[in-house]
Amino acid sequence: MINVGDVIAERVFWIDRDLLKQYADASGDQNPIHQDEAFAKSVGLPDVIAHGMLTMALAGKFVSDWAGGPAAVKEFSARFVKPVIVPANKKVDLTVSATVAEVEGENIRLNITATSDGVKVLGMTKALVVKS
Amino acid sequence: MLNPDSVGRTFHGAKSFPVTASEIVAFAAVIGEDDLTVAPPTFSIRISLDQSQDLLTDPQVGLDWSRVVHGDQKFEIFRPVVAGDVLKCSSTIENYKVVAGNEIVTVRSDLRSDDELVVSTWSTLVVRA
Repeated sequence: MINVGDVIAERVFWIDRDLLKQYADASGDQNPIHQDEAFAKSVGLPDVIAHGMLTMALAGKFVSDWAGGPAAVKEFSARFVKPVIVPANKKVDLTVSATVAEVEGENIRLNITATSDGVKVLGMTKALVVKS
Repeated sequence: MLNPDSVGRTFHGAKSFPVTASEIVAFAAVIGEDDLTVAPPTFSIRISLDQSQDLLTDPQVGLDWSRVVHGDQKFEIFRPVVAGDVLKCSSTIENYKVVAGNEIVTVRSDLRSDDELVVSTWSTLVVRA
């Protein structure tokens, strides 16, 4: 039985520069701010940052694992409030958790939180899933 | 600056995007997904963001893509994308405003396989002042 307010246990995904390169190739987003430290700093960023859409894809994996697979996700939204900063030769965390916001039969709405290094990186993150 | 006349207009992308199994495998590998029967929920950003860039950087629209950051993103998935889909994308500039010198533009993209609407996405992009 799933109830409003239920908490889905937190999970940590690890992000490093290799993963950014892999996501760039898989998504087609080759913006150099996600790969080239000198370029990222030249446009005022503290370091290379992760693609917002990579963090959202990982949060989507968290949601779909809980719901029973990638086909279960019907709606998914997020706001990119802070960048995930990815220094060279380091793995940084993306820590994702969720609570059940609404239950209507098999349709379940989740509120999701995602932080990196203790800082909230995704805001207003919500999903509608059909849980099998 | 974005040409205000372009707001509300819908642009039908001329390109077709055949979705291959290997593209789904590559995307799924990044997030550790081993169910490869359908594409991950955010896979269609591969197509819609590319189309949004084409649309917004058209000289008649005039957005400066080099200063764009992604503000927020939403997907409505009517059915999962699968290998073998041939998707076409139409994009509409739904909203545009300037806040403290930053341009904020929301583009809705509808991805269709023949006449079937598969995914609608909304990307809000911010052009930093």
